[in-house]
Amino acid sequence: MCITLFNYQENLLPAMRYSFLSVFTQALRGHTGWKPAWRKAEPAPSYDVVIIGGGGGGLATAYYLAKNHPEVGRIAVVEKGWLGGGNIGRNTTIIRSNYLLPGNEPFYEFSMKLWEGLERELNYNAMVSQRGIYNLYHSDAQRDAFARRGNAMLLHGADAQLLDKAQLRREVPYLNYDNARFPVQGALVQRRAGTARHDAVAWGYARGADLRGVDLIENCEVTRIFQENGKVTGVETTRGTIRAGKVAMAVAGSSSLLAAKAGLRLPIESHALQAFVTEGLKPLIDTVITFGAGHFYISQSDKGGLVFGGDIDGYNSYAQRGNLPVVEDVCEGGMALMPMLGRTRLLRSWGGIMDMSMDGSPIIDKTPVDNLFINAGWCYGGFKATPASGFCFAHLVARGEPHPVAAAYRLGRFAEGRLIDEKGVGAQPNLH
Amino acid sequence: MRIFCPHCGERGLEEFTYAQDAERARPTDGGATPTKEWEGYVYLRDNLKGPRREYWYHGGGCHAWLVVERDVSTHEILSVTVP
Repeated sequence: MCITLFNYQENLLPAMRYSFLSVFTQALRGHTGWKPAWRKAEPAPSYDVVIIGGGGGGLATAYYLAKNHPEVGRIAVVEKGWLGGGNIGRNTTIIRSNYLLPGNEPFYEFSMKLWEGLERELNYNAMVSQRGIYNLYHSDAQRDAFARRGNAMLLHGADAQLLDKAQLRREVPYLNYDNARFPVQGALVQRRAGTARHDAVAWGYARGADLRGVDLIENCEVTRIFQENGKVTGVETTRGTIRAGKVAMAVAGSSSLLAAKAGLRLPIESHALQAFVTEGLKPLIDTVITFGAGHFYISQSDKGGLVFGGDIDGYNSYAQRGNLPVVEDVCEGGMALMPMLGRTRLLRSWGGIMDMSMDGSPIIDKTPVDNLFINAGWCYGGFKATPASGFCFAHLVARGEPHPVAAAYRLGRFAEGRLIDEKGVGAQPNLH
Repeated sequence: MRIFCPHCGERGLEEFTYAQDAERARPTDGGATPTKEWEGYVYLRDNLKGPRREYWYHGGGCHAWLVVERDVSTHEILSVTVP
């Protein structure tokens, strides 16, 4: 949490700042004086940059564009539903930078550093909690692979520590260490990793962008993308035509549908990912744990619910729900790892649509249409990337060249064979 | 989602494995722009809403490959045939 008393940033009026003093004053007034955190903007006839998508990616892009590149001019975010209503509002909230490949790790570590300063940056409580993440290993081969990954992380300035079984048992005593089939041998731990309040991330970026003059336009679905001579000139929306100098797409989950309006085919398939939360419990799991023998990850929210998930359903889907076999598979993984979970009751499960790319890594690049930019393919790992995704996409849109830490996320890498395939499974999006 | 296997009858999803889109056509040798054609075949997808034909494998039953026509927006199974 960030409590700032006197450190007023430029552009932020003192009355709009959240601080201990403002909370205290409001408490005395019965909390009747709070103002909306952002304006409800009406679409103007034209903007210099139109960002399509008011989720984590689009809002972060708008914020960093307005803050770091004010020379681009007037900016709007158009969102077909409400701000933060997509995958930023329904994920398992994990933030981490524990990747192996050189195309990925510098980007995610940059994102981790942005998370560490996010609340001060935005003057907004995003509940960033560096409670650590334990990736469990269950065999000698997996230990060696994790040691290699940990070394790659250290080489890129991230933190990593390999724990053996005795060390892990001291820190996380409640795992099933007697599992004969998948014995827990230890873990790769990143102590700076953790969780953040997903909605607050969207709201914090929305407020920050709004304060810098960005128009946030809700209930505004893009129905056409206009081009002239291979160059984008604007968009047709359900709230009228908006001319634009540049158009930036950040609509993970619907990227192929939107890109088709510009005549593009993407290296992306849409798949459903389910997530789960139990009823609220007393403090039980004070970190993030991933099961290395199946696909299962779990943490506990500040409200007390155990938040967990596993694999995508495995077949193409635009239905925002999954099927029971994956529910069973995820719960089996949880039970193998922590038999105590059998005593908890599941409160909710839900599904969201993921942009599954062909190598499991995202795309932040120009498109074959001039002045049309794309930020897509986040698979089911986009939340942790939100700050760097916005920062690097803003850099690309403003300057026309990729940010150094996102330079590998090119749209053309598939034809060139420069894949960034952490799992090494090839062009099988349902297996990433 | 339940799939009606022409050999085994209606079975639960857990018996089946999804493979891929059944409409993708492998490029023929000697195309004019082989890199573009192969990129299109291996990596690019239409990925639109609505019905599509897919290969599914009935590994938990008759071990047959099936062509399932399914609406990806609703998960409704429209037809199942043996290719």
